[in-house]
Order: sequence, then C-alpha cells, then structure tokens
Amino acid sequence: MRTFLIRRLLQTIPVLLGVSALTFLLMQLAPGDFVTLVGQNPGIDAATLDSMRHRFGLDQPWYVQYLLYLRNLAFHLDFGESLTRHQPVFHVLREALGNTLILALASALVTWGLAIPFGVWAAARRGRAADRVVSVLAAFGLAIPELLSGLFLLLLAAHTGWFPVGGMRSPGWDQMSTLARLSDLARHLVLPAIVVGSVPLAARLRQMRASMLDVLSLDYITAARARGVPERDVLFRHALRNALNPMISLFGLTLGALVSGSFIAEVVFSWPGLGRVTVEALLAEDPYLVMGALLMSTVVLAAGNVAGDVLLRIADPRLRDA
Amino acid sequence: MPEPRDSAIMGRADGWTRAAAAVLVALYALAAGAPFFAPYSAGSMDRAHFYHPPQRLHWRDAHGGLHARPFVYALRLADSSEWRYAEDPDRPEPLRFGVRGERYTILPGVSSDVHLYGVEEGRVYLLGADAFGRDVWSRLVLGSRVSLGVGLAGIAISFSLGLALGGLAGYLGGWVDALVMRLCEVLLSLPGLYLVIALRSAFPPTMPGGRAYLMIVVILAVLGWAALARVVRGLVRAQRGLDYVLAAEALGASRWRVLVRHILPNTLSYVIVAATIAIPGYILGEVFLSFLGAGVQEPAASWGNMLGQARSLRVLLSFPWLLAAPAAAIFTAVMAFNVLGDGLRDALDPRGRQGGKAR
Repeated sequence: MRTFLIRRLLQTIPVLLGVSALTFLLMQLAPGDFVTLVGQNPGIDAATLDSMRHRFGLDQPWYVQYLLYLRNLAFHLDFGESLTRHQPVFHVLREALGNTLILALASALVTWGLAIPFGVWAAARRGRAADRVVSVLAAFGLAIPELLSGLFLLLLAAHTGWFPVGGMRSPGWDQMSTLARLSDLARHLVLPAIVVGSVPLAARLRQMRASMLDVLSLDYITAARARGVPERDVLFRHALRNALNPMISLFGLTLGALVSGSFIAEVVFSWPGLGRVTVEALLAEDPYLVMGALLMSTVVLAAGNVAGDVLLRIADPRLRDA
Repeated sequence: MPEPRDSAIMGRADGWTRAAAAVLVALYALAAGAPFFAPYSAGSMDRAHFYHPPQRLHWRDAHGGLHARPFVYALRLADSSEWRYAEDPDRPEPLRFGVRGERYTILPGVSSDVHLYGVEEGRVYLLGADAFGRDVWSRLVLGSRVSLGVGLAGIAISFSLGLALGGLAGYLGGWVDALVMRLCEVLLSLPGLYLVIALRSAFPPTMPGGRAYLMIVVILAVLGWAALARVVRGLVRAQRGLDYVLAAEALGASRWRVLVRHILPNTLSYVIVAATIAIPGYILGEVFLSFLGAGVQEPAASWGNMLGQARSLRVLLSFPWLLAAPAAAIFTAVMAFNVLGDGLRDALDPRGRQGGKAR
C-alpha cells in the first residue's frame, strides 16, 4: 500500500510541473506586463509592488522568474498577491475552496441520494414502465446543460420565493444562531446542489441498476427467495449491501471531479467558490488569482484522484497486491 | 478505400438519429442564410421598443373578420416605467414575405436586401425585443452563425491536430508516442473550465468580433485535441500490424503515405463519431465565455451573450423571452448533436448498443 501510494504520488509530479509551466507561460503571454497592470490599478501600493518584484524576481530573466515561481509555490504556498482583493492569492483561494467543497459535498449527496434508491427501484422493476421512466428521466437530466438548468431554477426561485436567488448567506448572518445559520446555508445550497448533482446522476443510476441486477442474478438471492424471505428484505438486506461495493469504488473515482463540476453552478448562483472567484478574477484582470485558481483546482483534482485510487484498493482486496 | 462507410452508418441509423440529423441540417441552413431569415441586423436598435414582448400572430381581427395573411397588432407602450405594452386593435399590420429591408452580404460578392418576412410599418418582433429594442429572432439566427460555427471550426482544428498527433504517436511509437501521450495526460488531468478561463486571460479583455471568434476557437481547440488524439492513437496502434499496412510498407510506400493514405482513412468513421459527440462541448464553451462577457461582445450577437442578457433577476422576472429564446436554441442544438452522436456510435457498433440495453 505504501509503495502504491508513493508511486501514485510520484505520477502526479509531471502534471503539477506541466500546469505550473503552463500558468507561468500564460502569465508571460498576458497582455501588458505586471508593472503596467499595477500602474493601471491605483489600489496597489508601492510596498506590495516592491515585495512582489523581490519575491518573484520580476526584473530577472524568465528562467530565474520561473524557478522563483516554483520555489514560492512549493515551499511557501505563495501564489502571489491578488491585485483586486489586496490579500495573498492563497488566502482568497483557501476560503473559496472551502465553499466549493461544501457545494461539492451537497451535490454528491443529491447524486447518490437519488441514484441509490432509484437504481434499486429500477432494477427491481426491470423492463417494466418504472424502469424505463427512471432511465429516460435521468438521461434527459443529463442532456440539459448546467447553464440552462441553473438559469431556469433561478427563474423558479425568483418567481416563487421558495429559495434564495443565489449567494451563500443571507444578510444578517452574523446575528444568527448556529442552527439558523445551518438552515440558512442549506436553503442557499438546495438549487446549486441540484444543478451540480444532476449531471452525473444518469450515469450513477445506470451503474447502480446494473450492479443491483448483477447481484440479483446470483444463486444466494435465488436461495433467499426460495426460503420465502420477503422481497423487501431480499432487496435491501441481502442484495443492496453487495451491490453497493462497486459503487464505493466509483465514488472514489469521482472525488476529484467534484471540485471542477460545480464551476458553472457557482457562477449562475453567485456561490462564492473557486469557480466564481476565477471568473471574477478574469473579468477584473487579476492574473495571479486566475493562475492560482487553475493550480489549486489541478492539485485538488489530482489529490482527489489519488484518494479515489486508495479508496478503491481498500474497498477491493483483489487490487491490493497488484 | 472500402465502400463509403458514412452513408452505410446513416443507413443503419434509427428514426431518432435521422430526426436529429434533419434538425441540424435545418439549423445550419438557418445559420447559412441568417441575414435573409432575419428581418433586421443584429445591431439594429429601436429606442421606442425597449423590451418589446413577442407579438402574437393573428388570423382573425377584433371584428371577427378572417384575413388571408397572418397579421400582428402594433403594440403601444402602456406603462413606460415597467416597459409594459398593449395591443392596439386599430392597427393590424399584415406580415409580408420577401420584403425589402437592410442590405446584407450573404457571400462575398452576393448581396441583397430581400428578407424572408417583415411588416410595412413599424417593426415586427415575433420573439420579442431586448433591452435596446433589437429583434430577438434576428439576433438568434445571426448569433447561430457564431455559436454553431464555433462548434464546427473548433472541432475541425482539434480533429486535424488529433489525427496528426495521435496518428504519428500511434504509428511511430517510441519517443514521439511518449511525448504526445504525456502532453495529452497533462492536458486531460487539468480541470477544463479553469483551464478555459486561464487561457482566456492570456488574451486582451475586449476584442473585436472576428478576433474574439478566432480566440474562442483556439482556446477550445487547444483544450479538445488531446481526447481525440488518444482515440486516434489507440485505433492506429491496432491497425499498425495488419496485413494491408505491411503490404503497403513492403511496396515501398513512405511512412507518411502509409499513415495518411492507408491507416487514417480506416480510423475515420470512429473519429467522426468521437468528433460529433465532442461538438456540444465546443458550442457550450462559446456560450459560457460569451455569457460571462469574455467571449463574443455586443453588439455582435451570439447565443452566449444573449443568454448573458438574461442573467439579472429583473429580466428573468419581467422579460422571460430573453431567457427562453437563446435557451431553446442552445438546448435544441446540443440535444441534436448528442442524439446524432449516440445514434452514429450505435450504428457503427451494434454490439455496443445491445450490451448497453442488456445492462
């Protein structure tokens, strides 16, 4: 396990080097150099500029700049200064990443909370109307682009007033009790989580249904039915546990995608996550923040993939020695 | 070359696939003849008709008389602070076909001023007007040139890059293969939309229409070639040891000729399917960038920047046609490409379809 983990971590190094080279290159290509950008932005004081010039070697040749950039990233978690938010990029990203993870978890809850029961149901009613209805609905949900489903849910929220129209917190959050805060957060989460969670829903549902059908065709299920075990117990006590096993490894494999999956919903619902911060940084011409977000999301994606592989090995003993 | 496979594929395709293909042909025909189908140009404003709602087509007038051609009632502003309009039953305006209007150039050297439909007095807004009194239907058809064009242009570039690099990697093997595949892996392990935004930030914030269009295509192609290259490489590797390749090599054909004339044509049907499935991603890429205001900029129209107009709550609540029109267009195009891609894949590999049904 340890050698596997080390090998798997080493495999991510080319990706991280590649993305750091790419972000560096893009910053060099970006119109106007750093100094002119700052010149256009009266909010930046001379001290910050001096500190950036020193830390990133902005007056040195490009290869020195790149090495400094790498060193700052790797050893100091220094992604530079955000020009529009007047704080280190890392601080901005850390907070945004937390918000993105909250949304990602909620949407995973939506996906799996729907995929598991409906997958079981579709498998139990295989070939009948319910089975078809479930799969058609899921496929339809898959086909609607998130931008459109997001805007329509926003329209719904604006018309009915059932849900807040975007954002993460209501005004007056500071005066709320913990319980009120939690329910406020949950109300803001519902719509974006539905948008994000419905994207992988069709695939998960099909996989759950297939896994359940595999298990239902095994001898021990036939034996249980022959003994007169009620169908409900056959499904939920005997079959479901084994059918869930491959789902656990699937969950691991999708961990990484959770972070990038919420990008569009964050923009539509003004959710202050990594995606929204990135878009705001683009529109406000804040290059260090844009590049920092790309780096950060790549690292999280890679970490998610490693965690997924590890989870897969824990869940499936056959893979352990391979 | 064996028999033309693509017609064989369509021959086996089912009704849904054919319907999707027909929808796409219609959409691209609309895009090609956009200035004719649009009564007005994309930037043509009307200060008297901000947020004009869609007009209903009537056949029967207020007095019960039946008309030979459909007509609309001119609308007058009923409430100028809320931009509410009411039909004016005294001013029926018959819809005329083939009316003369603004001049346009449909192909270099071919220009005309005949539009499919229009009215003689005032303006007609079958799908409503936006915040500047610009006709939504006109902008929708004219914008489809951008939004649907990006799909084709983007896929053409990624397709060529993917075929060339994937083909070379698969056929030559060795360090070329290793290099191209590592590059693909790095690209594919980056989170897509973050990469789009990062690439976008390397360009100036605002660009004129044509340049912006080119920029979007370049960004999306840079992103998209890796997945296609991987598919091509796998297919080429599978063909490399086959008899016809060995025969061509034994006859002294150059490696380039073997790859381009013999191997790649045999992978083409699979690659076309992969490309069809990838096109919606390109269309949505343009839509997303323009929606943010970082893609095609006003006054030029694209489905993305039209959708972007519908972002504010006021618009969503009071002028829902500004959301509905571009959303319906995007949904139709994306759905049609999805159904077509799936259908072609099934037609190409009937076993895959049966396997899919059994599961």
